[in-house]
Amino acid sequence: MIDDLAREINRRFGEHVELCYHCHKCTAGCPVLPAMDYGPDRLLRMIALNQVDEVLKSSDIWLCAGCYTCATRCPNEIDIAAVIHALRQMAVAEGYRVGEPDALLFHRLFLGVVERLGRSHEAALLGLFKVLSRIPLLQDMDAGIRLFLRGKVPILPERTLGAGKVRELFNRSR
Amino acid sequence: MAYAYYPGCSLHSTGLEYSLSIEAVFRHLGLELVEVPDWNCCGASSAHSLNHDLALALPTRNLALAQGMGRDLVTPCAACYNRLKGADHTLRSDPRTRVEMEKRIGFEYRGDLSIRPLLAVVYEDYGLARVHSHVKHPLTGLKVVPYYGCLLLRPPHITQFDDPDDPQVMGAILDALGAEVQPWSYASECCGGSLSLSRPELVKGLVGKLVAAAREAGAEAMVTACPLCQVNLEMRQARSAGMPVFYFTELMGLAFGLPETLKWWRKHLVDPQPLLERIKPV
Repeated sequence: MIDDLAREINRRFGEHVELCYHCHKCTAGCPVLPAMDYGPDRLLRMIALNQVDEVLKSSDIWLCAGCYTCATRCPNEIDIAAVIHALRQMAVAEGYRVGEPDALLFHRLFLGVVERLGRSHEAALLGLFKVLSRIPLLQDMDAGIRLFLRGKVPILPERTLGAGKVRELFNRSR
Repeated sequence: MAYAYYPGCSLHSTGLEYSLSIEAVFRHLGLELVEVPDWNCCGASSAHSLNHDLALALPTRNLALAQGMGRDLVTPCAACYNRLKGADHTLRSDPRTRVEMEKRIGFEYRGDLSIRPLLAVVYEDYGLARVHSHVKHPLTGLKVVPYYGCLLLRPPHITQFDDPDDPQVMGAILDALGAEVQPWSYASECCGGSLSLSRPELVKGLVGKLVAAAREAGAEAMVTACPLCQVNLEMRQARSAGMPVFYFTELMGLAFGLPETLKWWRKHLVDPQPLLERIKPV
């Protein structure tokens, strides 16, 4: 249970959401705003009002492209992208039904591959995502095929010699 | 000059032509890249979405490996640069976290490692005059726009590279190669690369806007320094758009007259050869 969303974000991630005076510069520069329900400025307001459920179940927090335009423009030096990444982690930890399941699936698969190999492996990642995501299997297939035909998704994975050490980092970072 | 080199995962897969062109161009210029032994994935862009701790630990292990090499750490990938530089910033400014990471990874953070994007090495260390002196076939008639995307430039207190609102470095390099650099205002707009798999339709919209803006600026090709932007821009543009997206190192190799270029063009999702045929020097 989260009592005070703003305080929790500050305690765990160091960002001061309460400094926002709603100038909207973040929102004016957000490239994915048209796909969002609220946008960054309203999300910050909702955090201040401690609307925990609405914030943590919103798909907005998964639609952020991580471009840091908001963080760059904020006159109060709030790293809004970092706040959104914090909200993602809190939404998962608190067991919310995630607004963008395919985005979460992608991140989980990506880290799953890195945990095993120490490095990413696009062929495994693309294949697993294709099978497990909600996007119909045959939709968006040609992109993967075009990459494959040009030898850009090697079938055999690359493994770092320190894969064991990387796995240890995963174990100690849970 | 020699550098510690962190290629990142993309350079060995979707960014293959970036990797190949870097090897060829740096060999040609006599700049040595020594790969960080046993490097691991930096975690971009998933670790910081799911696990704050891991998002720091993964790049920190690479910093620990590079620190022992005693050279500047250079990376060609914008996302890796952002994560490595961000981790270094945290270790430098947050002593409690630093101690925790030192324990977890088993190293002592010295804080003397300089982390730099590949563009900076070419521009600052090698210099435009020397780049220009290697040009055999000036890229006259090739109208291009430089495209940086997000992670080389933002957030600026982390990246500390170029002007985040009006970046200059790549345009200056392309100019030294003889290309016709077109002014445009989208050099640091986001292409949506991190959503490319989970939200392809949304990303097609973002890429479509960028490609249209490049076309409107008079460009026939875009040039980038990020493997995630490059594959996203070529993969998510309309098939009819036909806008090739080069790595800046590919155009260096082309202007230097290196024999390997054909291998790079074959890796592109948008074939740049018809365009290059048209501007071929007589």
